[in-house]
Amino acid sequence: MAERKVCLSGSGLTKIYGFGRTRTVAVDHVDFNFYEGEVISIVGESGSGKTTLAKMLLGLTSTTEGEIYFQGQRRDISTQRKKLEYWKNIQAIFQDPFSSYNIFNKIDAVLLDCINMRGGHGFPRAKKVEMMTEACSFVNLKFEELTNKYPFELSGGQMQRLMIARIFLLMPKILIADEPTSMIDACSRATILDMLMGLRDEIGMTIIFITHDIGLAYYVSDSVYIMEKGKFVEYGTADEVILNPKEPYTKRLINDVPKIYEEWDLSTV
Amino acid sequence: MGKVLLEVRELTTRYITRFGESVYAVDHVSLKVEEGKSLGIAGESGCGKSTLALSLMGYYFAPLHYMSGEIIVDGHNISGMNPDDVRKAILGKEIAYIPQAAMNALNPTQKIIHFVEDVIRAHDPSADKKAIYERACKLFETVGLPPQVLEKYPVELSGGMKQRTVIAVSVLLSPKVLIADEPSSALDVTSQKMVIKMIRQLLHDGLVGSLIFITHELPLLYNVTDDIMVMYAGQIVEKGAAREAVFDPLHPYSKGLMGSIIVPEEGLREVKLTAIPGVPPNLKNPPSGCRFAERCKYVQPECIVNAVGLRSTEGGRVYRCIFSEKELREAYRNG
Repeated sequence: MAERKVCLSGSGLTKIYGFGRTRTVAVDHVDFNFYEGEVISIVGESGSGKTTLAKMLLGLTSTTEGEIYFQGQRRDISTQRKKLEYWKNIQAIFQDPFSSYNIFNKIDAVLLDCINMRGGHGFPRAKKVEMMTEACSFVNLKFEELTNKYPFELSGGQMQRLMIARIFLLMPKILIADEPTSMIDACSRATILDMLMGLRDEIGMTIIFITHDIGLAYYVSDSVYIMEKGKFVEYGTADEVILNPKEPYTKRLINDVPKIYEEWDLSTV
Repeated sequence: MGKVLLEVRELTTRYITRFGESVYAVDHVSLKVEEGKSLGIAGESGCGKSTLALSLMGYYFAPLHYMSGEIIVDGHNISGMNPDDVRKAILGKEIAYIPQAAMNALNPTQKIIHFVEDVIRAHDPSADKKAIYERACKLFETVGLPPQVLEKYPVELSGGMKQRTVIAVSVLLSPKVLIADEPSSALDVTSQKMVIKMIRQLLHDGLVGSLIFITHELPLLYNVTDDIMVMYAGQIVEKGAAREAVFDPLHPYSKGLMGSIIVPEEGLREVKLTAIPGVPPNLKNPPSGCRFAERCKYVQPECIVNAVGLRSTEGGRVYRCIFSEKELREAYRNG
């Protein structure tokens, strides 16, 4: 591969919740380098610190220790203005599409906000509509049917697709997808994944997938990080980690997912 | 051939909305479950899987209404029974049901043992406390749960543990049919595996007579059940042995579903996941022809006009399509 540029990296990143008896180390001195245009999966059980890490990367929660570097520069989100600037580059899709929208805003307001955020304030109305239509057609939604609708009128799969349409308009450098498909059924899951991959090819962003489903991680990602109790225990390319796991924890995670071509070993729980 | 524990003939149920519209969520469904066997029900969200589960139990509370058909549990016809009678006589003893978020069924202010007592007393008011405790202990041990759980409050247990506790309690009275409606979809993969292991063991040990397992995760279904039934828009579109349904689906919809399977096995990355375009029809006014016609790759003009019936193959599989088995295979081979 040609020379790869580091997009997001962290050194000694740590998050500790509480103190004294309730002191919990959620993320424990993790180091990583995420490269541009790469799809990265962070896999681990519930409570392994995946979501805390994602929140720190997004700047939604403070870091206890360690630094995050964005495109080689130390990340600075000390003021609201700087934070907003940072969020132009990093965006997220969350697990629960139903609680990701402002219930009082109509769909077009959601998309208009995105255009405004990318400096589209002064655009004529027709141009904005054109952009929104394009974004919607990218995710196989019809903009004409969505205008004047509220988010609750959509199905879970549609909401998640609309979320991707938002990302299409925002064109961030990095997308953090926190279990984006765990609340929708297997059939729409393929659609969502294909759209995310299409989006990656379209605007060349880095996608960080957070999931407990190792099959999903294997399908989408270039490199996989396995997280156990706040630490990365194993990382490498998807083929390396999932076809030849070295750590017992990784082996267990792989073993826990139902398989269809091999025998599913139920004795190991 | 084993004893048939649950037989359903042409069951049709509907929801009546507050505007008086009828939604036919289960439309002429027939199925049979034999002793010691398990049946899996697969399908998209909103295809009527859960409604079918409620209908099977005779649990008709508004807006769900019984229309026609027969439900025969171990020789007794329960169709048309009053839901309150069903709850007293059938549920628990004959049919047990595990809903998706079963762990929310636990009362946070009471210990698990109180819950167990409630369940047993509801069916046998004379049972004494010590006997109940011993019985529960024995069952918990067989299903691999530590009996100390009985003395705990729900908040002290993890999600997976709560789910397994509820399953254990639901099979206390050795039901003939256990209906599990997505019992593991709220859990992570490790707890899911424990739940699956436990359900399989229950069936193996004869603590439940037979199993109906509902989920949209096909790899899971393949590993749990003997037979798989695929539903689409309230109707059965395919029914057959699990291996055949997964590796050699006949109906174009099942074919599409199998194309969305994700497993961490070699070769997955080379396979392109196929998503089925479009959305399921609105069941308020379902199309007159084949309900899948709109999204089907192999649609013919007559599909849209005439309703399509179920056909059976020589191997005992059932599917709903105008094409014969041979024609379908030919079509799949040509892409």
